[in-house]
Amino acid sequence: MTKSRKETAPRVPMPNQPADERRRNFDEVALGYTREMAMQEAQRCLQCKKPKCVKGCPVEVPIPQFIAELAKGDVEKAYQVIKSTNSLPAVCGRVCPQEIQCEGACILGVKAEPVAIGRLERFVADEYMHMDACDLITAKPECPLIDEEKKVACIGSGPSSLTVAGYLASRGCKVTVFEALHEVGGVLVYGIPEFRLPKEKIVAKEVNALRELEVEFVTNFVGGKTFSIQDLFDQGYKAVFIGVGAGLPKFLRIPGENFNGVFSANEYLTRVNLGRAYDFPNYDTPIIRGRKVTVYGGGNVAMDAARTAQRLGAESVHIVYRRTADAMPARHEEIEHAVEEGIHLEVLANPVEFRGDERGCLTSVLLQRMELGEPDASGRRSPKPIPGNTYELETDLAVIAVGTNPNPVLLENEPDLKLNKWGYIQADETTGETSIPNVFAGGDIVTGAATVILAMGAGRRAAREIARRLGIPE
Amino acid sequence: MANTILKKERLIPGQTSKLVIHAPHIAAKAKPGNFVILRVNEKGERIPLTIADTDKEHGTITIVYLVLGKSTALLEELNEGDAILDLCGPLGKATHIRTGGTIICVGGGTGIAAMHHIAKGHHEAGNHVVAIIGARSKDLLLFEKELKSFCPEVLISTDDGSYGHKGLVTELLKDRLEKDTTVTEVVAVGPVPMMAAVARTTEPFGVYTTVSLNSIMVDGVGMCGACRVTVGGETRFACVDGPEFDGHKVDFAELRQRLAAFSPMEKQSYEHHCRCKCNDKK
Repeated sequence: MTKSRKETAPRVPMPNQPADERRRNFDEVALGYTREMAMQEAQRCLQCKKPKCVKGCPVEVPIPQFIAELAKGDVEKAYQVIKSTNSLPAVCGRVCPQEIQCEGACILGVKAEPVAIGRLERFVADEYMHMDACDLITAKPECPLIDEEKKVACIGSGPSSLTVAGYLASRGCKVTVFEALHEVGGVLVYGIPEFRLPKEKIVAKEVNALRELEVEFVTNFVGGKTFSIQDLFDQGYKAVFIGVGAGLPKFLRIPGENFNGVFSANEYLTRVNLGRAYDFPNYDTPIIRGRKVTVYGGGNVAMDAARTAQRLGAESVHIVYRRTADAMPARHEEIEHAVEEGIHLEVLANPVEFRGDERGCLTSVLLQRMELGEPDASGRRSPKPIPGNTYELETDLAVIAVGTNPNPVLLENEPDLKLNKWGYIQADETTGETSIPNVFAGGDIVTGAATVILAMGAGRRAAREIARRLGIPE
Repeated sequence: MANTILKKERLIPGQTSKLVIHAPHIAAKAKPGNFVILRVNEKGERIPLTIADTDKEHGTITIVYLVLGKSTALLEELNEGDAILDLCGPLGKATHIRTGGTIICVGGGTGIAAMHHIAKGHHEAGNHVVAIIGARSKDLLLFEKELKSFCPEVLISTDDGSYGHKGLVTELLKDRLEKDTTVTEVVAVGPVPMMAAVARTTEPFGVYTTVSLNSIMVDGVGMCGACRVTVGGETRFACVDGPEFDGHKVDFAELRQRLAAFSPMEKQSYEHHCRCKCNDKK
């Protein structure tokens, strides 16, 4: 095949569950490539000598190498290549914003569509989900001998901590991961819905792969409450990684916000995902199933909440956003999926008041019509209210997805941890080390709410430094 | 084994029980005012319960609950030797204990158990603690013996007059505040209407009043915001900013409304549970 033919070949489309079916179930939306589709898509890769895609990947997956193996049909080798730098490929292949990372940097994207790197990663990872053996992960026939002296603790069990655990355990460290909730996975479990990231099929398997590397998971343990950082050092841990996420939900600070029926996205998604409220009363966690649902915010979390409400049987779901749809920070694919499922984008609108009945239950929201003004300092046209132009929208369930503030639980109880001006943990950019020696931090508790892959990148940098200090060769 | 129930006492049969649970990690850190979040089984919901007592030496915590819905009904089905699936804590801010003066601790219903731990904390800090406890009738009164073991004064009221003063705890409280000017703080734990009434009673006397709020919670570590409560016109989270707040600033009407948010579903869940149990028996 010549290069020019490769360049013109169209990107292999992702098979999806039809929109009118999936809007009523929690099964995965994207169905994944078949082996034929994956090999065909892999052929499109130009195998650049200086690949830009790798630079676009926060965990530096050797992308051309794994695609080359896949193009040859050696899926197992492709998996080993990915796993050499990425502990959670089945997760990343599903939830990474590939369009602005690896795929955004792909040279094919200049004239045509970039290689579907994320879909290929997902395919390869899924092929090996059933094989958690150490030789697949480390390309060594046996699991590494775990040195009980090289004890490392991770606080929080989300993507950054899982990355630290995977990196260090595969190099012989004894890692313990402490989780405050009753299930391991952090945002992968309580935040991202089943239809984007299956809990049993994907998250639990990735966690089990770590268990095989003798990573110990301790649930119901809260950093700053059940134990302090000093307690961990007293117990012989040589290094501590803090990956506790961003936490505390932001609200809109408008009248009526505490009416029953107004939820933070965190509460709404935690009830449904962690508490399995979609299967109430078989599961005990209750949820209000809104008839007319409104969601506030334009990020991935807003999309997740809106699509969840749709699946729980809402008659209508509106995403209320004060700018236009193309300014929404959510992944394009997620917005597209949401619209396909029948979700209305109520753009250039800003909530000013929630209204309720005499029992304190939400009944409607007062919205302010917005227009885009002059570009501000950041070059973004900022929305401003159109005077006198307000309207009321009926709603009995409102979900607020406008971000989070730093969670105080650990920070308040560890006064030696220096915080930055936004109140997040101050950590060295290259090593992730905090103001306390041998205590590292990464993910949302350092950056504020960001993506799974950025948290993993931070975890990887910290893990590398921890390994170096423990005298483990690269 | 962790989370094993070492001792179960049916304080009010079929309604209120006390569990002593093996939880050394929690016992080691728990302070008065803290609570735990627990989950009884795989399909259970996370529910918050205040710690009524701790024994650091034996590594145990004590909780007292009222059987209200499915989760507490499931808890009531557990016996000595059984383990609670998930037990997380200690959570929430510990009671702020000032020293000096007289502290009146008011408890109502199941809240007396939570109040007990706070009263004990004040006592251990050297404060003169007066306990005022109330219930509908004598058989429903909790923790009288425990409170008497360290409180120099335990005042009792019952609605029906079957024991102690016939009437409300607030009557005893008002009487006391009129006579005693050494009172520096009043602590109230119990049903929302009782805490609101206590706050109204103390307000004219200008005595600082602490209430411990039993908001709806999910994670209990500041993530979800379900427990939000308006205090002094601002939204606060009971799980990380509380559960104790200045009783004169709490919007009790809103708290009452929020506590009822899931009541139709709680009823549905409880009925579903009872139906399933009946079917099992058949």
